[in-house]
Amino acid sequence: MPSDFIEEFAPLLVQGTIDTLVMVFVSTAIAYAIGLVLGVVLHLTAANGLRPMRALNAVLGWVVNIGRSLPFIILMIALVPVTQAIVGTSTGVLGVIPPLVVATAPFVARLIEQSLAEVSRDTVEAAEACGASIPRIVFSALLPEACPSIVRGVAVTLIAVLGYTAIAGALGAGGLGDIAIRYGYYRFEDGAMIITVVLLVVLVQLIQTIADVIARKIDHR
Amino acid sequence: MIQLQHVCKSYRGHEDALSDICLDIADGDIFGIIGMSGAGKSTLVRTINLLERPTSGEIIVDGRDVTQLAGADLRAYRRRVAMIFQNFGLLAQKTVLDNVCFPFRAATGKVTDENRAHALELLDRVGLKEKATSYPSQLSGGQQQRVAIARALACDPEVILCDEATSALDPKSTNTILKLLRDINRETGVTLVVITHSMDVVEKICKNVAVLENGRVVEQGSVERVFADPQAEATRVLLGKVDWDA
Repeated sequence: MPSDFIEEFAPLLVQGTIDTLVMVFVSTAIAYAIGLVLGVVLHLTAANGLRPMRALNAVLGWVVNIGRSLPFIILMIALVPVTQAIVGTSTGVLGVIPPLVVATAPFVARLIEQSLAEVSRDTVEAAEACGASIPRIVFSALLPEACPSIVRGVAVTLIAVLGYTAIAGALGAGGLGDIAIRYGYYRFEDGAMIITVVLLVVLVQLIQTIADVIARKIDHR
Repeated sequence: MIQLQHVCKSYRGHEDALSDICLDIADGDIFGIIGMSGAGKSTLVRTINLLERPTSGEIIVDGRDVTQLAGADLRAYRRRVAMIFQNFGLLAQKTVLDNVCFPFRAATGKVTDENRAHALELLDRVGLKEKATSYPSQLSGGQQQRVAIARALACDPEVILCDEATSALDPKSTNTILKLLRDINRETGVTLVVITHSMDVVEKICKNVAVLENGRVVEQGSVERVFADPQAEATRVLLGKVDWDA
């Protein structure tokens, strides 16, 4: 029985793990490219920011909040036409990346905003008093100072996206979530279910541990 | 020469943070601005390098009104007017040397070997050359403030604004910092504007002083005169000449 089981499920689980990792890392990377910009702009345009701009800040805040308030499963279905237009399919690993990015970028924006807010006011003011321009303050003071906190935020994001991919599995995305639902849930294959869950737990632990080690290593406070 | 002419600053909910401040600060002076917490000292010193813009009034530096400066002109002006802070304002994730080099990066976007050599000289001047590769968290408060002073000197400023620069330090470090500032003033002729709530600091290094109360200058003059013959009630309180349980 165990050898049959391994024969049947091992390739499936290996492929599922790879698919999950691809979905998680590619979506998170793209979401960071967008969310980092949004977060920096939100921080700079806030009322007490370096370049207060009330209207822009309010509009961005709204967009981000709307993005964060839609349940992922609904967002994914609502975005099907958009997803098809962008990547040509709305299923599989590729088909889930656009909705994952849309769901994650606003989350990242808030995390970045929060990390930047932790940088001490004095440090920013000192950079300003040195005659640094706003882009210079962002790239040479704000982001480097916030870096350890941003790294911790990356772990939070990766783990949240991992959760989303499991939901996406219910809508034909592939990956470990898909295996857990198709084999474990629909076909009562308890073994498959348990192994997928264990794999997910291991992934979460790994992501968190690696991020913690990096954050500690680069933090000189 | 820095002239503040009728400088006012009001915020929503705090209309008279500064009202009608007129001060002349001569080149090479060590000018104290003293007052209780909330008197408006920090706001006042921040108007000089335009971290706060006055609501009205003018700040004239060497005959030029700087109040409306913006963009590159403002940044060039700020490099002539350095500042040190109560909590040092160092970059915690950068080495001491990189912190001292920050004004070069702010000015040109890069740090040259020449800049680094100059920064090391400045660190040597404040007695911290051997700490160049340390991080601020590995230094004591007094040492961090010396790094901040080296950073302030990096752009050869004409003025250094000191915002409660010794308020977070113990008496020994306070003396080290005050001596260092006084010696730098003597060596380079840089003007110092010293914000403090401590008469002790004023007595030790300042030549002239203005007393601030509720956003107004209630007394100003030479330190000898103000100490010998305080006119305003606020000055007498700061000098401890008022019976404390009265």
